Amino acid sequence: MTESSANKLLNGDACRRTSSGQKASKNGFVKNHCLFQQPQKYRCPGEKNQHGAHNSSLYKRPFVESFEQTPLLVAVLTYVGYGILTIFGYLRDFLRHWNIGKCTMAREREEQKDFVPLYQDFENFYTRNLYMRIRDNWNRPICSVPGAKMNLVERVSPDYNWTFQHTGNVVQDVINMGSYNYLGFAENTGACADAAVEVTQKYGVGVGSTRCELGNLDIHEELEQLVARFLGVESAMTFGMGFATNSMNIPALTGKGCLILSDELNHASLVLGARLSGSTIRVFKHNNMQSLEKLLRDAIVHGQPRTHRPWRKILILVEGIYSMEGSIVRLPEVIALKKRYKAYVYLDEAHSIGALGSNGKGVVDYFGLDPTDVDVMMGTFTKSFGGAGGYIGGRKELIDYLRQHSHSALYATSMPPPVAQQIITSMKIIMGEDGTTLGADRLRQLSENTTYFRRKLCEMGVIIYGNSDSPVVPVMLYMPAKIGAFGREMLKRNIGTVVVGFPATPIIESRARFCISAAHTREMLDTVLEAMNEVGDLLQLKYSRRERAPPPIRWTSEESQLQD
Amino acid sequence: MEYLAWLYYQYLLVTGIYVLEPWEKSIFNSVLFSAVAMVIYTSYVFVPIHVRLALEFFSAICGGQPESTMALMN
Ligand SMILES: Cc1ncc(COP(=O)(O)O)c(C=O)c1O
Repeated sequence: MTESSANKLLNGDACRRTSSGQKASKNGFVKNHCLFQQPQKYRCPGEKNQHGAHNSSLYKRPFVESFEQTPLLVAVLTYVGYGILTIFGYLRDFLRHWNIGKCTMAREREEQKDFVPLYQDFENFYTRNLYMRIRDNWNRPICSVPGAKMNLVERVSPDYNWTFQHTGNVVQDVINMGSYNYLGFAENTGACADAAVEVTQKYGVGVGSTRCELGNLDIHEELEQLVARFLGVESAMTFGMGFATNSMNIPALTGKGCLILSDELNHASLVLGARLSGSTIRVFKHNNMQSLEKLLRDAIVHGQPRTHRPWRKILILVEGIYSMEGSIVRLPEVIALKKRYKAYVYLDEAHSIGALGSNGKGVVDYFGLDPTDVDVMMGTFTKSFGGAGGYIGGRKELIDYLRQHSHSALYATSMPPPVAQQIITSMKIIMGEDGTTLGADRLRQLSENTTYFRRKLCEMGVIIYGNSDSPVVPVMLYMPAKIGAFGREMLKRNIGTVVVGFPATPIIESRARFCISAAHTREMLDTVLEAMNEVGDLLQLKYSRRERAPPPIRWTSEESQLQD
Repeated sequence: MEYLAWLYYQYLLVTGIYVLEPWEKSIFNSVLFSAVAMVIYTSYVFVPIHVRLALEFFSAICGGQPESTMALMN
């Protein structure tokens, strides 16, 4: 998968299809002693309804996650739509080839014509002939703080999205349903902004050196101690960029002879880090613990390919909240597996830190687990804290090792002081150390908003994916034309949303994604829901064939597979 | 009228030609229109003939056969 079109389609968010990693070989010998028995063999891809967990005894609260199956007719029509668009794509390419009509895209120069063609693979075809037509839904310039409401720069395209011109007008007060502003800390006023201004006056903005040279300010040390305290781990370290935290630290942790077990929907940064590390990568089905257990057992039974030596390390890569599916990792089961098979867990809490749990401490808090059970706690400050950068938390030995070996600690400039201060202040607010209940209010507001919004959408009859507690709400659109139409119709109603298509999602599962924030008021959500209702009728998005929201599942039967 | 506009919009969305440029839309529409028109025309021209032939054929089977078996029996 090339990153380019993924980035374009998603505003730089995620390219989340791991294609590397071969299927595990057949599990020949060990058949019993499975931690998680497979009730039926793997779920077939069509059957995607997963209500609740299999190992209910591990969960303290109902774990309701649903992925309603795509209706067959919709799937067929979606493919038909793509077929028609592909035919027209070929027609346009043909015309361009013969220089009929104006050609505005990149192409080989005359001297290069005899070389290997540059723009002929599927990604290029897709970008040129499908993405280009609805490009106006992405990369829209914003000219205010992207809080609950934002201002957009109005732009027009005279040539069907090949070029854009700014009209000079501003679209005022668009409700922002796309930013990862879970706790509403993206603000230009308030305690965080004031503190950041103060720190700017003290330290300036740039640092101009790396952490191990002259870029190690006292504010960084303070931040790291605070992060460690917030997470409940021994030690933590911070980096200037969340993406680099993943992609540069995984190679420091594993290498040749190690095995990485990665969820199939992991973020591009995790995928890149895993590939850079040179370890063997195997991919398990999204949030499917039977699949993970099978891979673990195979890995332990067979060892490395050919030599059959045992793997030096086995690292499981999972995310807290998956930003495209809105699902929450089955962490209790992952930790049970990890303990049983003596593997390590790397948990990326980019979306979940601050957004989940009664204290805002991420999935660990949400499930009421012990943070020391997770070996590497990674997260970013980009989302809930309204800052930038990432952190890694864990045991002291781990952090000391990473300080010596991580590229993003050794070679990357450290975090700008105002950003560090923004994170410190917002984190203290969340922890309640500022002496107010502002943080607790925000957390409560976020979970109320999430529940309300999800319930209303469910009642409306659109298909939404994910866990009922996740503030990321994907609404399924399926058909390619609806991606463009949805974004435009919502913007007409003054609502900014993110629409996502291939390659960030499977080709038929295009979706729109709402990110709920604590900054949204009930009125805003009602406006959005009303618009959503109208657009849902207009675009016929109410695919759901469920009568009503699934009742939360209460656990009664105690399963005791863990005690064997 | 409103309903027709809505129906056309649904047609645009489901076929995906919503995203196409106007001239491409008209190509698609005319191709589809001519295909449908041809289907209708051919059915108009040929179906009556086929139906009549089929009717004759079946009536020959249903009506004629008992007679001939009867004839054989005799
Ligand atoms: C799971 C995950 N990890 C890492 C990142 C990258 O973080 P940042 O945007 O801070 O670079 C993201 C961003 O979207 C993410 O979703």
